[in-house]
Amino acid sequence: MHIHFLDPFQPRQSPIHQLDPRVKFVLALAFILTAALTPSGAWSAYILLFALAFSATILSDLGASYVLKRSALALPFVLSALPLIFTTEGASLLDLSIGAWSLTVTQPGLARFASLALKSWVSVQAGILLAVTTPFPDLLVAMRALGVPRLIVAVIGLMWRYLFVLADEALRLIRARLARSGDAANAELRTGGSLVWRARVAGGMAGSLFLRAFERSDRIYMAMLSRGYDGEARTLPLPRIRPLQWLTLGVGLGILALLLVLAYLI
Amino acid sequence: MHSAPQPLHIPDGFLSVLVSLLFWLLTAAAVGYALRRVGKDLGDRQVPMMGVLAAAIFAGQMLNFSVAGGTSGHLMGAAIATILLGPWAAMLVMTCVVSVQALIFQDGGLLVLGANIFNMGVVGVAVSYMAYRTLQRLARGARWGLFAGGFIATWLSIEASALLVALQLAVSGVSPANVAVPAMGGVHALIGIGEGLITLGALAFLYRARPDLLLAGEERPIKGQFIWAFGLLLAFGLAVASPLASSNPDGLEWVAAQAGFLDARRASPFNLIPDYLLPGISNQALATVLAGVLGMLIVFAVTLLVAYNRRARRASD
Repeated sequence: MHIHFLDPFQPRQSPIHQLDPRVKFVLALAFILTAALTPSGAWSAYILLFALAFSATILSDLGASYVLKRSALALPFVLSALPLIFTTEGASLLDLSIGAWSLTVTQPGLARFASLALKSWVSVQAGILLAVTTPFPDLLVAMRALGVPRLIVAVIGLMWRYLFVLADEALRLIRARLARSGDAANAELRTGGSLVWRARVAGGMAGSLFLRAFERSDRIYMAMLSRGYDGEARTLPLPRIRPLQWLTLGVGLGILALLLVLAYLI
Repeated sequence: MHSAPQPLHIPDGFLSVLVSLLFWLLTAAAVGYALRRVGKDLGDRQVPMMGVLAAAIFAGQMLNFSVAGGTSGHLMGAAIATILLGPWAAMLVMTCVVSVQALIFQDGGLLVLGANIFNMGVVGVAVSYMAYRTLQRLARGARWGLFAGGFIATWLSIEASALLVALQLAVSGVSPANVAVPAMGGVHALIGIGEGLITLGALAFLYRARPDLLLAGEERPIKGQFIWAFGLLLAFGLAVASPLASSNPDGLEWVAAQAGFLDARRASPFNLIPDYLLPGISNQALATVLAGVLGMLIVFAVTLLVAYNRRARRASD
């Protein structure tokens, strides 16, 4: 079994896919920065931001529901902002009292909470679009162009290459445990062992995964040495960015800047 | 598999821009220093070793065990990476793991990536290293130092990361410190025990199979006085700051307001342009909604045009 579903990249022939990875990376970051800089309660700006993200989604040929479904991932974290509803001062909308507790929902509190959730949601969409429309080697090129240190890019590249191998190893370990000790999630099938025992088994699995990784890294190192590796991470020079791509970058950044100005004016 | 993002990965939008940028600076400084140091520890096998170990930590997060009520213990990996690779390489490995989680799986945002790397990579590793080295020295090479050190390093590193997340959320004005600190600290005190047990199991396995991997650090002690002190300082600072902030949330809000960390209030632009309205429409709320809808329609129209154009072209091909 091979974990291809780990890689979120979806090959298509859309304009978003054909955008230079560096331009796409910068635009995604600029989009997220714009969302972060938009003031709380600037609803029309959020609608425009969503419209931008959604337009890019449509252009990417992925189907609207794909990105929207994945973007639900960030939702659980919204819980951490829930206290805002009750702690921000302002006109009260609703009084809740549970026993001795009394909580007041305020209008500015609700507005700030909703703003935060929306901003986070559109930002996640930008991140998903970037990951889904860009093959990983292109992301590495973008990272290098943005000045990420060469050693880190090299380590991330190697990590990605062996991630699937080690994920397969981890799945094999999980399958072996499942075969020997029953289905841990199902109480009737669970056999043997207290909490500590289960943790110890999981720990042993982690230990053997690390050991295999170590030994594999030794073999990889030997293979690299025998092919002339001298400790230096070498890379091809970056290709030039074509004029049309520069134009896309400029227009994209211009739209985002305009949107930000609007957000403060409206 | 990567269904639920772990609560330590902050998504975009939850930290204010100033806080995000500040932590990017701190992360860049720490990672830059680690990059300079790591070559001396690992030599030219650093790329394969760190790359594969990072992949193992990533894959190791799939290994879980059921605790109770449908929850499960996971592996974050900062502590075990520190024990196996030493602090500087572990910092880089965690940087790579957290970056890929954010970039590919949206586990944590991109603008706040600096803060996430700082919490899990820099602080997680520094605190782990401090706790592990301290216990090993106390044990004077006895076996229990390894295991107790591993467990405590894991628990402390997770707790420190969690408290830091809570403080960052509080300074950003997202979650008041008196709610965030006990909630994050409490939940992760429990999660940390689960992770500590996994780390313990992993160390027990490695000790039996390849003791040389665990003892390597003692034979050629990595000069880590600096990071040891840094870890101690961080742990101590968080231990003092967290209860202080949670018993005094207004203080932190005040600092945040003074530093301009809180969201720019909408009030001031209103005052600058007191009667700003869309021409012809006298109702402020209506004007705002209309402006938004109008903008959305324009963008959609352009998008549809492009999409139809492309479809027409493809049909004619």
